[in-house]
Amino acid sequence: MAALDELTAAYHKYARTPEFQEELVQLYQTYAGRPTPLYYAERFSRELGKGKIYLKREDLNHTGAHKINNALGQILLAQRMGKRRIIAETGAGQHGVATATVAAKFGLECVVYMGKVDMDRQALNVFRMKLLGAEVRPVTSGSATLKDATNEAIRDWVTNVDDTYYLIGSVVGPHPYPAIVRDFQAVIGRETKAQLQALEGRLPDYVVACVGGGSNALGIFTAFLAEPGVKLVGVEAAGKGLSTEEHAAALSKGKPGILHGAKSYLLSDSDGQVREAYSISAGLDYPGVGPEHSYLKDSGRVEYQAVSDHEALTAFSYLTQTEGIIPALESAHAVAAGMKLARQLAPDEIMVINLSGRGDKDIPTVARVMGVNL
Amino acid sequence: MNRVAERFQELKRAGRKAFIPYIMGGDPDLPRLPRILESLAATGVDLIEVGVPFSDPLADGPVIQAAGQRALRHGCTLTKLLTALKPVASSLPVPLLLMIYYNQIFQRGTARFLEEVKAAGGAGLIIPDLPPEAAGELSRLAADFEISLNFLVAPTSQAERIRMVATASTGFVYTVSVKGVTGAREQLPPELPAFVQRVKTLSPRPVAVGFGIATPDQARMVSRLADGVVVGSAIVQAIAEDTELKKMASLVKALREAI
Repeated sequence: MAALDELTAAYHKYARTPEFQEELVQLYQTYAGRPTPLYYAERFSRELGKGKIYLKREDLNHTGAHKINNALGQILLAQRMGKRRIIAETGAGQHGVATATVAAKFGLECVVYMGKVDMDRQALNVFRMKLLGAEVRPVTSGSATLKDATNEAIRDWVTNVDDTYYLIGSVVGPHPYPAIVRDFQAVIGRETKAQLQALEGRLPDYVVACVGGGSNALGIFTAFLAEPGVKLVGVEAAGKGLSTEEHAAALSKGKPGILHGAKSYLLSDSDGQVREAYSISAGLDYPGVGPEHSYLKDSGRVEYQAVSDHEALTAFSYLTQTEGIIPALESAHAVAAGMKLARQLAPDEIMVINLSGRGDKDIPTVARVMGVNL
Repeated sequence: MNRVAERFQELKRAGRKAFIPYIMGGDPDLPRLPRILESLAATGVDLIEVGVPFSDPLADGPVIQAAGQRALRHGCTLTKLLTALKPVASSLPVPLLLMIYYNQIFQRGTARFLEEVKAAGGAGLIIPDLPPEAAGELSRLAADFEISLNFLVAPTSQAERIRMVATASTGFVYTVSVKGVTGAREQLPPELPAFVQRVKTLSPRPVAVGFGIATPDQARMVSRLADGVVVGSAIVQAIAEDTELKKMASLVKALREAI
């Protein structure tokens, strides 16, 4: 609790100062490549229906996904708190890569915990982290995936709390983490709102984003929460189907529970054991979800749907072939939900899909599914 | 008054310190649980902490994590564990504490959980991932059931927090000796005596120290500072290495003599 209190105090002390914000904006612009484009996917829109579909191109960020927004924000905080050592958990490896990247840039020691199962699935990202100078520690306990990597990162943090900063990757974990990560990701929605205003002179009718822990979704939703005319759609991973045990849809199929210091919707059995989540996309493969998403589900402000592996793969190919943009499998879930919604769009309606990451890391997985030997 | 608080009062009157061994419920298996508990009681331990195996034991180091995974693999559930405790707890002269992660209580429902713990003969709870400020309903109901709640303080806790945690605890304050998770340490931190003294000064409740304590020498040192000593991983390891329990019995005997 003391470490969380220290973090809360530091966040309030530093993160809202003009000096901090200026440094962060500078890094966003010159290092991460922000603002990311808001792209009108004309052919994709035309083939699907009558409305206009825009893609928020978070995939064009440095390191290939929205994760860098949060990693840059938090490392500036860590630096001001005088911490010399950065630790992180990672599932697909995108957050691990973003953390290793900013640690390299700021010359800080970096340890990334990753489930052994995920390390085997995402060998390329493991090697990227190592190239960036991070130590990747395999986690073999439990299901050896993201939730177990998070357990191990928390254990490391409580052990080495004096000199270590835990750079969490999503809007999960104990307070104040969900709020901190949301605030650093909220740049996505602020930009989208201003960009669409400039292009169309109006707000979107729909904003669609995928939800694992939920950081890219909260990042784009936050700017629109107070705009009742904007329908917000969060898309979970239905894996092999919501009627099976193999999915990661905590909001659609879970119930309230406690994991990693937060109360939120959770996949848990009646005995209180946390269930293993499953999705073809390692980044959505988490049995919990950010507590703010739970609130937004209960309040009805956001509609949560779930999309299967198969639908995500279909969307992955469709976007690739109609726009020449290869989405991450995580983002392909948002694309799939957007494709279904597109059929109902009126000619003057606008939908924004948050393209949270690029699909380069997923090529081996997709090839495997297609039976192609690379 | 709950049985945990009573036990600490008796010990205080007798000028003795509490020895609290920890075992993992369902490891190596549930049929052996009565024998383990009876063996501990026969060695003269004062309270026994029984861990409830959990999929995500955040506060535990490798030894207890592995024991919990073994127990889960062998099909140990909270229901089965409580069922196994029931016949032995009533004849045991030692109050039983459950160490349990909060999701397991939450999924069952607080009132039902407490009722079942009471029926199984449990006397107290240690919930490493539940701070007192989030324990409102549980605190109210546990008092009705006379089940003690024993919250945790860590070396990073400031005075105000130690006072708050101690006041919310109805048995003892679980004082974590080290920064980090459970598991034997070759050396306890040099600041430990000062830290335990600080907790004792601020706490209206007895102070038991756990995490990291493995050897009789360490236990003796800590028993001079605190009202009670918890030993976990070393005992769990001894059970894992010799399921005939001879190793456990001799370690527990040596610890008892030291405390």
